[in-house]
Amino acid sequence: MLTNRAKVVVKKELSWSERIYLPAILQGMLITFSHLFKRTPTIKYPEQKREFSPVYRGQHVLKRDESGAERCTACGLCAVSCPAEAITMDAAERKKGEEHLYREEKYARIYEINMLRCIFCGLCEEACPKEAIFLTDRIVPSSFTRGEEIFGKDKLVEPVDAPIDVSARQTNDVLEFKKNKKFYHNLTFNDRQIR
Amino acid sequence: MDPILYTILLCVIVFGISLGAAAYMTWGERKLAAVLQDRVGPSRAGPFGLLQPIADGIKMIFKEEMIPTHSNRWLFVLGPCFFMLTACMTSVVIPWGSGLTINDTFYRMQVTDINIGLLYLLGVVSIGVYGIMIGGWASNNKYSLLGALRASSQMISYEVAMGLSLIALVMTTGTLQLGEIVRQQDGGFANVVYQPLGFLIFLICAFAETNRAPFDLPETESELVGGFHTEYSSMKLGFFLFAEYINMFISSAVMATLYFGGYNFPFQHELGLEGNALAIVQSLVFMLKISGFIFLFMWIRWTLPRFRYDQLMNLGWKILLPLALANIFITGLVMFFSGKLG
Repeated sequence: MLTNRAKVVVKKELSWSERIYLPAILQGMLITFSHLFKRTPTIKYPEQKREFSPVYRGQHVLKRDESGAERCTACGLCAVSCPAEAITMDAAERKKGEEHLYREEKYARIYEINMLRCIFCGLCEEACPKEAIFLTDRIVPSSFTRGEEIFGKDKLVEPVDAPIDVSARQTNDVLEFKKNKKFYHNLTFNDRQIR
Repeated sequence: MDPILYTILLCVIVFGISLGAAAYMTWGERKLAAVLQDRVGPSRAGPFGLLQPIADGIKMIFKEEMIPTHSNRWLFVLGPCFFMLTACMTSVVIPWGSGLTINDTFYRMQVTDINIGLLYLLGVVSIGVYGIMIGGWASNNKYSLLGALRASSQMISYEVAMGLSLIALVMTTGTLQLGEIVRQQDGGFANVVYQPLGFLIFLICAFAETNRAPFDLPETESELVGGFHTEYSSMKLGFFLFAEYINMFISSAVMATLYFGGYNFPFQHELGLEGNALAIVQSLVFMLKISGFIFLFMWIRWTLPRFRYDQLMNLGWKILLPLALANIFITGLVMFFSGKLG
């Protein structure tokens, strides 16, 4: 009787009205009938979308900086931190004249996330020193083949003309950190040129 | 029009109506089940998912056809055909309306009004079990065989009570002709007023005869995989499933005809409608009554859990059969003392 929910079971003979079952059946039918007028809680997905929490962890995005250069420097910390080993990358050196494309001297030539392996824990986001990778509120689309679920840079890097808003994911700590100009990687491309 | 040609045409129409109704009952069943469980149900194919039965049919036809190696091939194919045939056969004696008069010619809305209509109905219903039996046995699979055995014993048991409940009805109406039974209910009370117990027994037996929940033991998914249609695939499975809906449609029609006044409705002659207009309204009312019963079938299916097999047999033999006999006895007594006898 710890929870006060225990019920004492009594074995008694059924009364006549209980034995013919019909009242009980009618009672049950009324219960199901009342459900005819209940609202269905279903969200019809492609047309209707559930409201996500600001920290929902969906499909990743590789961010660009203010001038449109890729932030990722292929340090590999995301791949190391990934418990599902879903991230693969191959680094390359930035050539002269590519400064508008890549923020750092080293960049990810290939950057792949296997969405079938990914558990959307967000550790990559946490590990990233360059604020390059974020999880967004987008749902990873389904596909007919496994190969399609390995997302390369074409799907991960945000388009230059349509940046993906991740401001909701940036906590106060992050924003504070970003203001700190003593860290070189927090400088914009133009600021660096002046230096 | 040539009478034979008209009869054939009427057969085709009735056949089409029962098939169409059965098709949309599958949609209705899924939709109702969904709503009763606070879900949405089929909603993708067409508006409100109304094209779902067509999609289902196409799916069934294009599925791979499999006949088990060790099955009796001929009987295996015969089973679903037979089940479908008997399901469709009953509809010929049901009066779908009082009849239309076009260009001074009377067109009846009942394929045939044979004077032993009720007997024909019971006969066809009782050969309905052969389809399941043949199919289940020919599958050469223990689950199918068990399902078929359950189906046969269940249908035979409940047929007894069903027949006896109808005998009381035949006593009060004095005829086996369905058209006549319906005409008798014009103006007066429907037969359910005189035979409430008989109707209840008939209703329960109708559930058992159509293998519907809570009597769907022949196909108990949890214990017998799929019962008698475990080994069936493609359209042969479709036939079994579809025939169940036709059976349901027909038994709803039979209940509406026998106990709820058929196409008659209260105060039908005070509406100021005459001839064809009245006949059409009557047919629509009849369809409405059928829909009501179909709703009841589905409503009960999504309310009640399945009976245990011994409970099923107990109910059939120890409760419904004595009740039906008592019903006949009481009906006889009432008729004797009210001077309606002979």
